[in-house]
Amino acid sequence: MAASPSGSLIHARALTKRFGGFTAVDAIDFDVAPGESFGFLGPNGAGKTSTMRMIACVSPVSAGTLRVLGMDPLADGPRIRARIGVVPQQDTLDMELTVRENLAIYGRYFDLPRPVIRQRVDELLDFVQLAERSGDRVEPLSGGMKRRLTIARSLVNEPDLLLLDEPTTGLDPQARHLLWDRLYRLKQRGVTLVLTTHYMDEAEQLCDRLVVMDKAQIVAEGSPRQLVERYSTREVLEMRFPVGVQETLDGQLDGLGDRVERLPDRVLVYTADGEAAGAEAYARGLRPEMTLVRRSSLEDVFLRLTGRSLVE
Amino acid sequence: MAAPAARVLEHELLVYRRVWRGSVFSSFLSPVLFLAAMGLGLGSLVDANAAGGGGASGSAAALTGFSYLAFLAPGLLASNAMQTAAGESTFPVMAGIVWVKSFHGMIATPIRPADVVVGKLAYVALRLLLVSAAFFVVTVLFGAVTGPTAVLAVPAALLTGLAFAAPIAAFSATQKDANGFNALFRFGVIPLFLFSGTFFPVAQLPALLQPLAYVTPLWHGVDLCRSLALGTAEPAMTLVHLAYLGTMTAVGVAAALVTFRRRLVR
Repeated sequence: MAASPSGSLIHARALTKRFGGFTAVDAIDFDVAPGESFGFLGPNGAGKTSTMRMIACVSPVSAGTLRVLGMDPLADGPRIRARIGVVPQQDTLDMELTVRENLAIYGRYFDLPRPVIRQRVDELLDFVQLAERSGDRVEPLSGGMKRRLTIARSLVNEPDLLLLDEPTTGLDPQARHLLWDRLYRLKQRGVTLVLTTHYMDEAEQLCDRLVVMDKAQIVAEGSPRQLVERYSTREVLEMRFPVGVQETLDGQLDGLGDRVERLPDRVLVYTADGEAAGAEAYARGLRPEMTLVRRSSLEDVFLRLTGRSLVE
Repeated sequence: MAAPAARVLEHELLVYRRVWRGSVFSSFLSPVLFLAAMGLGLGSLVDANAAGGGGASGSAAALTGFSYLAFLAPGLLASNAMQTAAGESTFPVMAGIVWVKSFHGMIATPIRPADVVVGKLAYVALRLLLVSAAFFVVTVLFGAVTGPTAVLAVPAALLTGLAFAAPIAAFSATQKDANGFNALFRFGVIPLFLFSGTFFPVAQLPALLQPLAYVTPLWHGVDLCRSLALGTAEPAMTLVHLAYLGTMTAVGVAAALVTFRRRLVR
């Protein structure tokens, strides 16, 4: 496998993307190692898709360095693209063609011989559980099925690197879990995954390591667990108050935990011991409508780092 | 054709196999209906008038001595090529870029935007060849063909079509939605169809409008097809037509290479 100076599949230094006067990606650094599953977590507009498009060699780098599979996207675009798989944010399937035809023609784009395509298409249809629908047109398929077909299509060239831009956005929970299962299997086979998401549960499920992006920059980097340890407490006490009450609580929440966040609809108390904080709140005479003690998540990390929720 | 562009062509033909039925009316039946209604129906009036010595500007003289059917058929051949080309280079290009995004799917592979342009135009060329050959067979059955060299009108129609397909595809790749296409058809394709010599010689237009008609690209296509079909082609004028249509094609391809790239690679 070709390697960049650092031995990584993707190597970015001061990577920047500008559209006219607007800076979509602002001098970010990151490396993705072979076999790793790497995520870009951030809200819409953070620059995740622009970064992915540069890696996929369909968007020229404005400034900085980018090496993909040890090659320069500007000079070696077609050679890089021959070895990566892309699952774009929006499906680009041919609605008039059948499931099988969509896979087969995509294999032709990579100049694969027809017998090879035939064999791979059968394997991929099994892998994404669409074998029974192979002769059906794509248009009437459910969103989850189309997404699985897009993933199968991205694997037709047996890529060294798979890029997934918001792979499960807009899918129902069942379809998401099925997709996660398939992606997890790919990861276990050693396929390097790079994905963007604004779902923290997706990042927690799939990513060995991730960067949090906000406003075109990387604001934190690490494994999901490291990020939670570094930027949040072990537990979170959530309290929801009757309408109008939360505004009257000035001063009464101070010192309940290491940190208190007041969201429009609830109060979050960051603490090592959520039960104890809840008891303390009760002792202070607070009477929330609802209380919940949970473990910290990447959502809390994001809130801490940016002062905003991920999904608004 | 380079391998990646051939793959794009392969894709277009695969999709065409699914949707060809819908295109039979617009690109084959419609010109045949025009040929029947105008060539036979209206033509019988025109020819009777010509035979009766119809006035100073005699129709027979204007039609250079051929039946109206024989005059009309190559005109329809050329304008049908233009309409087929316009149809294939507008909405399907918008589909590839915006609606279905199949072009985006292509350029995520070793295929480049230039390959998309070449493959797409190769497909349009095959479509043009198909509809022009089919229509030519119909004109033979109608008895509108004068001799074997008339078959040269088919490649002439292909060139006429490409002279429209390439620049229109370049234009389509700059459009956000299909609104611009309505204007293109209303103010471009339909007036050209009506006033570029398809149905009557441009010499019949008011003197003021004639130069305008002679610079329209369709007139060059119509006159090229007609002179080849009727065996009246003169070398000099034929070269002018070929140069004009060839230049339009080349400029259109060059423009499409730029606009497709700008649109797909951002």
